[in-house]
Amino acid sequence: MKDMKRITNAIAIGAFWLAGLTTVFILGAVIVYVFVNGIGHISPAFIFTRPHGVNAEGGIWPMIVATLYVTGLAMVIVTPIAVLAAVYLAEYAVQGRLVRIIRFAADTLAGVPSIVMGLFGLALFVEGLGIGFSVLSGALALSFLMLPIVMRTTEEAIRAVPKYIRWGSYGLGATKWQTVSRIVLPSAMPRIITGLILATGRAVGETAVVIFTMGTMIFTPVLPTDPGRSMTVHLYQMAMEGINLPAAFGTALLLMVMILFFNLSARWLLRRNRRMQG
Amino acid sequence: MNHTLVEHASDSTPLADSSVKIAVRGLDFYYGDFQALADITCDIEDNAVTAFIGPSGCGKSTFLRCFNRMNDLIIGTKVEGLITLDGQDIYAPGIDPVDLRRRVGMIFQQPNPFPMTIYDNVAYGPRLHGMRKKADLDEVVETSLKRANLWKEVKDILGRGGLTLSGGQQQRLCIARVLAVQPDVLLMDEPCSAIDPTSVQKIEDLMAELKSSVTIIIVTHNMQQAARVSDETAFFLQEEMGQPAILVEFGRTADIFTSPKDKRTEDYITGRFG
Amino acid sequence: MADERRPGDMPLVSDDVSGLKLVSRSTYVKEAALKNLFLLCAFVAVAGVGLIFVFVGYRGWPIFSEVGLWKFLLGTEWLPTSGLFGILPLFVGSIVVTLGALLLGTPLAVGAAVFLSEIAPPKVRAIVRPAIELLAGVPSVVYGFFGLLILRPIVAQLTGGLGFGPLTAWIILAIMIVPTIATLTEDALRSIPDGVREASYAMGATTWQTISRVLLPAAKIGIVDAVVLGMGRAIGETMAVLMVVGNAPGFFRGAGAPISTLTSQIVMDMPYASGMHRTALFGMAIILFLISMGLVFTVRVLSRMREEPS
Repeated sequence: MKDMKRITNAIAIGAFWLAGLTTVFILGAVIVYVFVNGIGHISPAFIFTRPHGVNAEGGIWPMIVATLYVTGLAMVIVTPIAVLAAVYLAEYAVQGRLVRIIRFAADTLAGVPSIVMGLFGLALFVEGLGIGFSVLSGALALSFLMLPIVMRTTEEAIRAVPKYIRWGSYGLGATKWQTVSRIVLPSAMPRIITGLILATGRAVGETAVVIFTMGTMIFTPVLPTDPGRSMTVHLYQMAMEGINLPAAFGTALLLMVMILFFNLSARWLLRRNRRMQG
Repeated sequence: MNHTLVEHASDSTPLADSSVKIAVRGLDFYYGDFQALADITCDIEDNAVTAFIGPSGCGKSTFLRCFNRMNDLIIGTKVEGLITLDGQDIYAPGIDPVDLRRRVGMIFQQPNPFPMTIYDNVAYGPRLHGMRKKADLDEVVETSLKRANLWKEVKDILGRGGLTLSGGQQQRLCIARVLAVQPDVLLMDEPCSAIDPTSVQKIEDLMAELKSSVTIIIVTHNMQQAARVSDETAFFLQEEMGQPAILVEFGRTADIFTSPKDKRTEDYITGRFG
Repeated sequence: MADERRPGDMPLVSDDVSGLKLVSRSTYVKEAALKNLFLLCAFVAVAGVGLIFVFVGYRGWPIFSEVGLWKFLLGTEWLPTSGLFGILPLFVGSIVVTLGALLLGTPLAVGAAVFLSEIAPPKVRAIVRPAIELLAGVPSVVYGFFGLLILRPIVAQLTGGLGFGPLTAWIILAIMIVPTIATLTEDALRSIPDGVREASYAMGATTWQTISRVLLPAAKIGIVDAVVLGMGRAIGETMAVLMVVGNAPGFFRGAGAPISTLTSQIVMDMPYASGMHRTALFGMAIILFLISMGLVFTVRVLSRMREEPS
C-alpha cells in the first residue's frame, strides 16, 4: 500500500518533468531546425539584395524593409493611443459599466482571429478608405491587433507603481495630470517599453493580417502608401510553392532571429529594471 | 502664476484667532456608508507640534488626511463639518484642493522619494508650481535640504538617485521635498515607524527646529515619541468595531501624560507605558 | 552657522502666500480635457470592435440575406464555382482540428504548468518558463513551415498519403496553444495560498496527491479559463493550419485525410474570389468573429465565478 503510493507519486512527478522538458525540447527543435537549415543561406547578399527570377532567387531586402516598415509604423500609431487608454483605465476610470465595456472590447479585440483582422483591414482600409494594399493599411490593421496587448501591459505597469509614490506627488500640490506625466509614467516606463517590444514581436510574426492589407507584391516600400510583402508572407509563399526552399529557410531564420531579439531584449530590460529597484 | 481665476475664499470666520492655525468644528467623516469619525472639534495651535495618538485603526490618519484633502482622492469618501485654515473653510465650494496641498504638506509612513535624483526630488514641487530658473531652483534645493538637516550628507551627490539613500535619509529627503514648496502646515503620518532608531532621533530634532516656522501635526503610535516632541496631544478612540472614532481628550501634552482627565485616556497611556 | 538662511530668504514658490485659492478654471478645463482625451483613446478599443463588426458584417451580409443563414451554415457542400456555399464541412473541420489540438495540448500544457509551479527547481524553472514564453512568440508561419517539412513526412509514414490532414494540424496546433494554456494555468496554481499545500503535506499526502486532489481542483476554474482561451487561439489560427491541413473542403474522414477549416479556406480562396464567393468568405469571417467573442465572454463569466468565493 505504502509502496504503491510512493510509486504512483514517482511516476506522476516523472510525467510532470517530462511535460516541462518537452516544451523546451520542442522550442529547441524548432530553433535548431530553422538554424541548421537556414544558416547556410544567410549572407550579406541574401539580406541586402533584391530577389530576381521566377523563383525569387537572390536576396530578401524588400521583404525585410516592408516588415520593419509596417511594424514600426503600427507601433507609432498604437503607442500613444494604447498608453493613454491604459492611463485612463488605471488612473482615471471609476469602476462601472463604461469600464466594463472598454475591458470587454479590449479582450474581444485580443481574441479576434488574425484572419478576421486581415479581412477587416481589407474591407475598411484597403477598399473602404481606398488606401489600397499598402504599408499604411497594414500598419493600421496591425495596430488594432497590438492595441489590447499594449493596453494590458501598460495598465499593469502603471498599477505596479506604488500608491505612496503618487501620494507624495499629490501631497506637494500636483494635479492628477502632473502626477501621471511626471511621476507615474516615468516610473512605469521600463515595463511599458517591455510590453511594446513584445507587441512588436507579435506584429513581426503576423501573416494573415498583412497578406490582405499590405499585399504580396515584392516591392521595397518608400511611401506609406506603397505596397509590400512581409517576410512572413514571403516565407509562406516560398514554402507552399516549394520551389525555393533555401530562400524559405533563410527567411525563417531571419524571422526567428528578429523574434528572439525582441523577446530577449524585453526580458533583459525587465530584469535590469527589477535589479535597479532592488 | 498660471491661474486666471485667483480669488480668495470667504471672509474670515469668527473662529479666526491668531494662535489657532487650524480649527475643526463638528467633523464627521464617511467611507461610503461607514462613518469613520464622529463630531470632532479641536483647535490646532500655530507654530507648535500637535500629536495624534490612539490605538491603530482609530481614524487618526484619516483625520490627518482631512487637513490636506488627501481623502478626496479616495472614491466614496464624504466630509461633514468645518475645517478652517487661518480662518478659511478648506472644504468651501470652489476651494482648490491642489493648492491647499501645497500649503499643507504631508510626510508619509513609508519614505517615498520619487525614482529620480535627489536634486530633482526637491525641485519637483517648485517646478510644479512654475519655478523654472536654474538659480532659483538651486537655491530652493539647497535651502530646503539644509532645513531638513540633509545638506551636509548629500551636497556632493545631488545627482544620485533618491532611492539610493538610507531609509532615514530618504525620509528627510521627503521632508526637504515638502519644505521646498513652503507649506504653512506639515502633516506627518507615522513618519518614524519605518526607519531606524538613529534616524528617528534626527527627525525628532528636526521637528523641534521646524516648528518655529511651520505648524506640525504628527500621528504616532509611539507614546514616548508623542511625549518627547509634541506641545499638544489629542487622543482618539474607536470604542467598538463598526462605530466611528471620537476625540476623547485634547490638551497640553504634559497634562495628557501626567494627569489625563478621561479614564479611557489614562487606561490607554498607562497600558502603553506600563 | 554662517551660511544658514532663514526660510523666508529662499525664492518664493508661489507669489501668493495669503489665503486659499479657488480652483483655477484653466487648470480645471485642462485636466477635464485630458481626462476626456484618455477616455477617447480607451474607446478606440470599443470602436475597433464596432468597426470590425460593421465592416466585415457589411461585406458578408448578402450571404445571409440572399443565400440564407441555414443554407450557409448547414449546407454540406462548398463548391463556390457552382454557387454552393455550404460551410458545414469547413465548420466541422475547424471543430475537429481545434478539439484534437486541445486533447493533445491540454495535458502537456497543464503538466508543464504544474511542473513550473510545484516541481521544478528554480534553475530548471529559469529555463522552462522563458522557453514557453518564446514558444508563444514563434510566428505561426514558422510553425506551419516546420510542420510542413518535418511533421508531414512523419505523419505520411503513419497514415499513408501525403501527410496533409488533421493529425499534422493537431500536433502543430497543440504545440501552439501550450503557451496560452500553460501560462494561465500556472497563474491559477500560483494564486493558491501556500497554506493549502502545507495543510495537505502535513496530513501525510504525497506531492502527487496534493496536486491531484487539492491543487488541480482548486485551480479548476482557472484551468477551464485557460483551455477556453487556448480554444480561441486554435480555432482562429490560420497560417499554420493552412500549411498542413490539406485544404480539401470536404467532411472529416480520418486523421490522415486532407480537410479544410474556416480560416484556411478564407486565405486559400480570397486571392481569386469575387461576387457571392467573396461575400461568403466575409460571412465566414463574421462567424469566426462571433465565435471568438463568445469565447471571450465565456472567459469573463468564468473569471467572475472565480472572483466570487466558491
